Amino acid sequence: MCLAVPAKVLKVEGDHAEVDIGGIRREASIALLAGEGVAEGDYILIHTGYAISKVSSEEAAEILATWREIMKAEMEP
Amino acid sequence: MFSALRDKELVKAAAERIAELSRGGTFRIMHVCGTHEWAITHSGIRDLLPGEVKVVAGPGCPVCVTPGNEIDAVAGLSMRGGVTITTFGDLLRVPGNATSLAGAKSRGGRVKVIYSIEDAIRLAREHGGEQYVHFSIGFETTAPMTAVEVVRGLPENMSVFSSHRLIPPAMEFLLQSCANIDGFICPGHVSTIIGAEPYRALAEKYRKPMVISGFEPLDVMMGVMNIVKQRVDGTYDAVNEYRRAVRDSGNRRAQEAMAEAFEARDSFWRGIGMIPKSGMGLRQKFEASDAVGRFGLKIEKEDRMPEGCSCGAVLKGEVGPKDCPLFGKGCTPEHPVGPCMVSSEGTCAIVYKYALPRQ
Repeated sequence: MCLAVPAKVLKVEGDHAEVDIGGIRREASIALLAGEGVAEGDYILIHTGYAISKVSSEEAAEILATWREIMKAEMEP
Repeated sequence: MFSALRDKELVKAAAERIAELSRGGTFRIMHVCGTHEWAITHSGIRDLLPGEVKVVAGPGCPVCVTPGNEIDAVAGLSMRGGVTITTFGDLLRVPGNATSLAGAKSRGGRVKVIYSIEDAIRLAREHGGEQYVHFSIGFETTAPMTAVEVVRGLPENMSVFSSHRLIPPAMEFLLQSCANIDGFICPGHVSTIIGAEPYRALAEKYRKPMVISGFEPLDVMMGVMNIVKQRVDGTYDAVNEYRRAVRDSGNRRAQEAMAEAFEARDSFWRGIGMIPKSGMGLRQKFEASDAVGRFGLKIEKEDRMPEGCSCGAVLKGEVGPKDCPLFGKGCTPEHPVGPCMVSSEGTCAIVYKYALPRQ
């Protein structure tokens, strides 16, 4: 039920998008992301057939860098 | 895309640091999400953590907290001629007080499993002469879809039985009733919708740290580390560490749709009890879409767990699945007794599948 899966947007048509979920093509509603400019190539989280948020790889890289810093600082004597 | 978040060396380093930080204390951290339980159990995170740090599952499985009397009411409706129930597959085998939807189906009830509420709308349009009732369950991750479609207008022969529940009121209920929660790992997907603000309010009020986490092993480890460190330092911030998917303000479009379609109502959580303002009922202006009114449904007051089942205590994090006398004996995923063993998101089913020694 709360299992949302990441998908890559292949094509946008109105309030639906064709997406790639781990190699499987399917359609998802993007009605809940209206106004967020969902576009081809974006990553989105899909839950029960609807996109609930965009996923940002920049943010992922940033938090990873932050955590590496924290770990480095924490492990120093 | 995010394989670095499974970096074993970093996960191990974090575990070592948590062990150092937690020395001399005990920490009990709760999560409230079936996918977190899956991630934690599947990646063996509990085995990496020191004995002083316990991560326990709370009521993170919407199917498990759906009251038996509501299941009975909808199962009964499926037996009336000309009415078809649509719902998610997880709910099908969950026992109500008297029967399950699968049980009703085997006796001629009309129940269709769907993936998305859009499927239900399509079915209703294709079969105009029949009534379709969507048994709509789930937390803030599923409620917006129902809301957005109700607001747009359902087909005339379709209505909704709303059993949606809100997570922050349940977290507050547990903070009030269980003294020994040191902090929450907040549900990542629910948070994409509601954002960080509801947790800030709870963290402030109850002086407990909260971390919004993703679902990779490193996400969870860093969440645990953050909470332990905050407890040691005496701070209680709500932190968003899942910024790749969660905005602090959440999904505004989804929030607006929910606010328009639903009003918060005092609602019963199976195995837990009545939680103030924790359910979502359709507003008066959408009463034409409400199955309860359309079919004059009577919901019985009483709700029961199956006999001998500890699911209620499991949902509150008071006991683990292995503490239940039925676990793995009378109750398995193939022959489940209680809701926590039925749903793939239930704590008992996950622990049974991934955390028992292989024979």
